[in-house]
Amino acid sequence: MTGVREMNGLRIVRLGIARGGIELRQTFTYWPDLFQYMFPAVSQLVVLFLMRGHHVPGTTFSLGSLTLPSVIGMSFAFGGLLGVVGLLAVDREDGVLLRAKATPSGMTAYVIGKITLISATALSGLVLTLAVGLIAFPGVTVSAGGIATLIWVAVLGLLATIPLGITLGSLIPNPRFIPLVLLPFGGITAISGIFYPITHLPGWLQGIGQVFPMYWLGLGMRAALLPSHLAAVEIGGSWRLPYVFLALALWSVLGLATAPPVLRRMAQHESGSKVAARHERAMLRRA
Amino acid sequence: MSDVAAEVRDLRMRYGATEVLDGIDFEIRTGEVVALLGPNGAGKTTTIEILEGFRARSAGQVTVLGTDPAHGGEQWRARLGVVLQSWRDHAKWRVRELLYHLGTYYARYATAEIPRPWDTAELIELVGLTAQADRRIGYLSGGQRRRLDVAIGIVGRPELLFLDEPTAGFDPMARREFHELVHRLTDREQATVLLTTHDLAEAEKLADRVLILAGGKIVADGSPDELALRLSAQAEVRWTVDGQRHVHPTDEATSFTRQLFAQHGAAVQDLEVRRPNLEDTYMALVREYEQ
Repeated sequence: MTGVREMNGLRIVRLGIARGGIELRQTFTYWPDLFQYMFPAVSQLVVLFLMRGHHVPGTTFSLGSLTLPSVIGMSFAFGGLLGVVGLLAVDREDGVLLRAKATPSGMTAYVIGKITLISATALSGLVLTLAVGLIAFPGVTVSAGGIATLIWVAVLGLLATIPLGITLGSLIPNPRFIPLVLLPFGGITAISGIFYPITHLPGWLQGIGQVFPMYWLGLGMRAALLPSHLAAVEIGGSWRLPYVFLALALWSVLGLATAPPVLRRMAQHESGSKVAARHERAMLRRA
Repeated sequence: MSDVAAEVRDLRMRYGATEVLDGIDFEIRTGEVVALLGPNGAGKTTTIEILEGFRARSAGQVTVLGTDPAHGGEQWRARLGVVLQSWRDHAKWRVRELLYHLGTYYARYATAEIPRPWDTAELIELVGLTAQADRRIGYLSGGQRRRLDVAIGIVGRPELLFLDEPTAGFDPMARREFHELVHRLTDREQATVLLTTHDLAEAEKLADRVLILAGGKIVADGSPDELALRLSAQAEVRWTVDGQRHVHPTDEATSFTRQLFAQHGAAVQDLEVRRPNLEDTYMALVREYEQ
């Protein structure tokens, strides 16, 4: 019996991955979508490139090179969290979720599909940024140990943000509430040591910044991609990798524990008349 | 397969203080096309959503394909098809791509009698979308989109298909095409269908049996012919004798006129026997129950 159940679980995972694969291909072959995914990465790279000439305070290390790994970490948080929130809100309004509900095992496959899609776009963004970084940004390097760190920080980063995104996306009633998630996100970015070392912030802000996964994603990426002497500008003068692991793991547990029941509750309330009513309201707003 | 596809007993639905469904009873037999007819707000969509398992009921017993929809699992879900009023989903997907993908969810639930899913090319042909098979769904016309929705609804060869207001917002041409599609389905595939509509002509055209829902109750249940007979039983006889105009409603128009002639003979003039059509009667019925 367990064998049968495992086989069925595997079947649903395969359906979900197939679904994510199709949507990934659609994203990469549809230029408005491609633009939407690539624009932030490309514009960040341009800004960072212009920052190359500035130095990290007290060193001769390029501020642009220091920031590049942090920005990779930030992109993971953005993609994993806001990406999922946006997709979920739009899919709910368009009735994709209801369709999933009307299909056997459709909800589970839908969620696996979104995880596949978001992970793949985040990882391709990572590869792109990293490739440019290694070529154009002096000081950005990957050692064997760095690659190992990069992989676990990336995987744990997706685990810490995607389920959280599913939870938040299930809680907001429609896509017009996305700015409500976006605004605090901007604030968190400012205090997460992404564009400037967190040690230059007042202590209480450092404390708040360290609550959220974005700081730890940035720190983990810096640890993976920068020479070790740069840890001097970090809190405690260290990359604090055990804490990176612990913080991201805690957020993963929190997300994984809340996402399924919150999503299930939201999906339970989806029905044809709800989707129709939401559509009608959206049309009225557009008119 | 059981010969009753769905059974509803004393179904009630309350939203706050408003009673939307006030104890309704009906059943759908296997192979039957049943139309749930009623004015907007009569509770048609509520009823169909309860049967689809998308909405929890306040009270009553509901069995769909032998299972209470409130506790239907994936196996049960695989035997149902759902077509809603306004799908806009999967706009970036291509017709063939989506039908093939959604079909794969049903393969596991194939049985000796019912092969699942439907072959993609065959299904596309059935709904008349062969020319659009590789088009992005967002670029389909309204009528094409609805035919795709039906294709998605039946891709798993459902034992019971729900169509909620399938032609709402259609122009006459699209409506006609859609009716032809439903006929193809019900004739060729012997599908069991529950559809809701506020259009009496549509119910007459598509359904083997019509349930009229008004004021939270089923106020009539029968084949379109039976309903026409039953609901339009009262005819109105009008005539003139000696310049005096008379009007008389009667259940027995033929014998009444015979009596009339026996009594007055050639003095009967301007004789008129008028039977209200089904639509008049339906309107009167709905008005009566809505008060």
